[in-house]
Amino acid sequence: MADTLLEARGLTRRFGAALALDALDLAIRPGEFFALLGGSGSGKSTLLRLIAGLDAPDGGALFLDGRDITADPPWARPVHMMFQSYALFPHMSVAENVGYGLRRVGVARGEQARRIAEALALVKLDGLGARRPHHLSGGQRQRVALARSLVMRPRLLLLDEPLAALDAGLREQTGFELRALQRQTGAAFVMVTHDQEEALALADRIAVLEGGRLVQVGTPEEVYWRPATAFVARFLGAANIVEPATLPLKPQVAGAAAYALRPEYIRLTRIGGASDSDLRAIRPSDHRTLGHEETGPNRVMGVVREAAFRGDSTLFVVALEAGGALRVTVHADDPMPEMGERVALAWDPDDLAPLAA
Amino acid sequence: MRRLLILVPVWAWLLAFVAAPAVILLGIALGQSTEGIPPFAPPVGPGLVWQGSLGNFATLFEDEFYFDSLLRALRIATSTAALALLLGFPMALAIARAPRARQALLLALVLLPFWTGFLLRMGAFIGLLRDQGLINGLLIGLGVVQEPLPLLYTEGAMLAGMLHAYLPFAVLPLYAALSRLDPVLEQAAMDLGATPGAAFRTVTLPLALPGIIAGFLLVFIPAAGEFVIPELLGPSEALPVGRVLWQEFFQNRDWPLAAALAVALLVLLILPIRLFQRLESRA
Repeated sequence: MADTLLEARGLTRRFGAALALDALDLAIRPGEFFALLGGSGSGKSTLLRLIAGLDAPDGGALFLDGRDITADPPWARPVHMMFQSYALFPHMSVAENVGYGLRRVGVARGEQARRIAEALALVKLDGLGARRPHHLSGGQRQRVALARSLVMRPRLLLLDEPLAALDAGLREQTGFELRALQRQTGAAFVMVTHDQEEALALADRIAVLEGGRLVQVGTPEEVYWRPATAFVARFLGAANIVEPATLPLKPQVAGAAAYALRPEYIRLTRIGGASDSDLRAIRPSDHRTLGHEETGPNRVMGVVREAAFRGDSTLFVVALEAGGALRVTVHADDPMPEMGERVALAWDPDDLAPLAA
Repeated sequence: MRRLLILVPVWAWLLAFVAAPAVILLGIALGQSTEGIPPFAPPVGPGLVWQGSLGNFATLFEDEFYFDSLLRALRIATSTAALALLLGFPMALAIARAPRARQALLLALVLLPFWTGFLLRMGAFIGLLRDQGLINGLLIGLGVVQEPLPLLYTEGAMLAGMLHAYLPFAVLPLYAALSRLDPVLEQAAMDLGATPGAAFRTVTLPLALPGIIAGFLLVFIPAAGEFVIPELLGPSEALPVGRVLWQEFFQNRDWPLAAALAVALLVLLILPIRLFQRLESRA
């Protein structure tokens, strides 16, 4: 199994009566950036701790390069973790922190110094080796934690919410740097996050967890455009779950239990006003225009109830006359509907992603 | 300015109850023993004539009895503090790692002995350790020994009593230091290849150092001057300085010599405090 670095088979973990991980199977490939995405209580952090060896499973097994490591203690696993709080040792300098693992495995002193310098250069902290962690900024601390793990040259690096503690402004840049480091070192990165944007932006593959189970594993494109379940669809921002029974769907897509319809896929049309200019809430590349007739396939009527300005777009919640509501985003360049305005909503059947029950 | 005002009572207290007594004590130590009341002549006589001497301090060095009592007190205090740390560290660690809701109860249990009178507790020790006491009674009854073991009035009995009395003073600062310590740090150490022993030695122990130092001093300092426990449980010869002080003040009524001994003890205690403060500021 050359294309599998880490494999989890039937991994189960209980906390009292609660099932944190429910017979989970997972395969991580060498050198990939893998995101474990889920809300709190989804089991994503438990999974990470099990892989690191900081917690033991109640059932199932973990294999690294085909070798069973389930019973190995954390200090004997060639897997390293970057903790959410960074867990830097406050009584040691930056260089001592980075060299901690090298000292534990007995790397020669000269080699230690060389590798510490190399790791600090990798995360662009050259010359800060003598500082204490509490004299560093949040971003610098994050890099020290990263260097402390990377200096061990792990084939698998675990990152627990690596960007969560950073300022919003620093997050995007640090995310790109993480990607660059991952490519540069060739290590597989497994990142736990609750932020779908972070997962979509950084990962090669994303696993979406819910209630201790994997609900979908796929590339960011796959999970974003073709969510497998209503949960995945909601979690990844497709807030419209359309039920065939309540909305007039074309026959060829009707039949599944439900569909995810992304807000940006819905076309908005003004009804009966002086201006019948199209309100578009669809991909900018799509320039088809609609008339203002009230009938037609995949078309419903509604009233604008809420508006939330989002910078480059505005999100509208349209209450449907047939009951329920749809979310629609309108690009800032396009004409906006008014609050309380009656509008027609339409969509392309191809833009509906069928969901498992 | 307001800050200074708040500190006025503190300074007044320190002046009245620390600085002034220390000056008076030093004055007595430099004076001469006499037969009057008070039983000493101050070092500065009528008309501001200097009549003091360092003779009392010289006696401390010349007479092995006093010097030995000082050394003995330091040795007993060191043993007590070291034992209290050895016993108190696992206790404090267990309390700090216990569920939050249970920590208060466990801390209350550590302090529980204080709810009973000190002398009563020492009396209980005597009851346990004397020749006709519980332990000897049990051992003889079981046929383990024929004659009662000499338990009471030994250094062992004295150390047991000291440890019992001072253990909470070690546990509390250790707990304060250990409860602030993030358990994730030890996990990070193990993740980086440290065995639990190595993680403890390289992470937990150095980070608990302020608590260790505070715990050591809080036990060491009162233990060095302790005189009740050695009196009640310890051997009747080989007296530590606390008991010698008592004897000189109240039995021999040689106040200047006793004062000199007290000053010497004070100086000896300041040394380790300074040393540990150095250590702590480096940690």
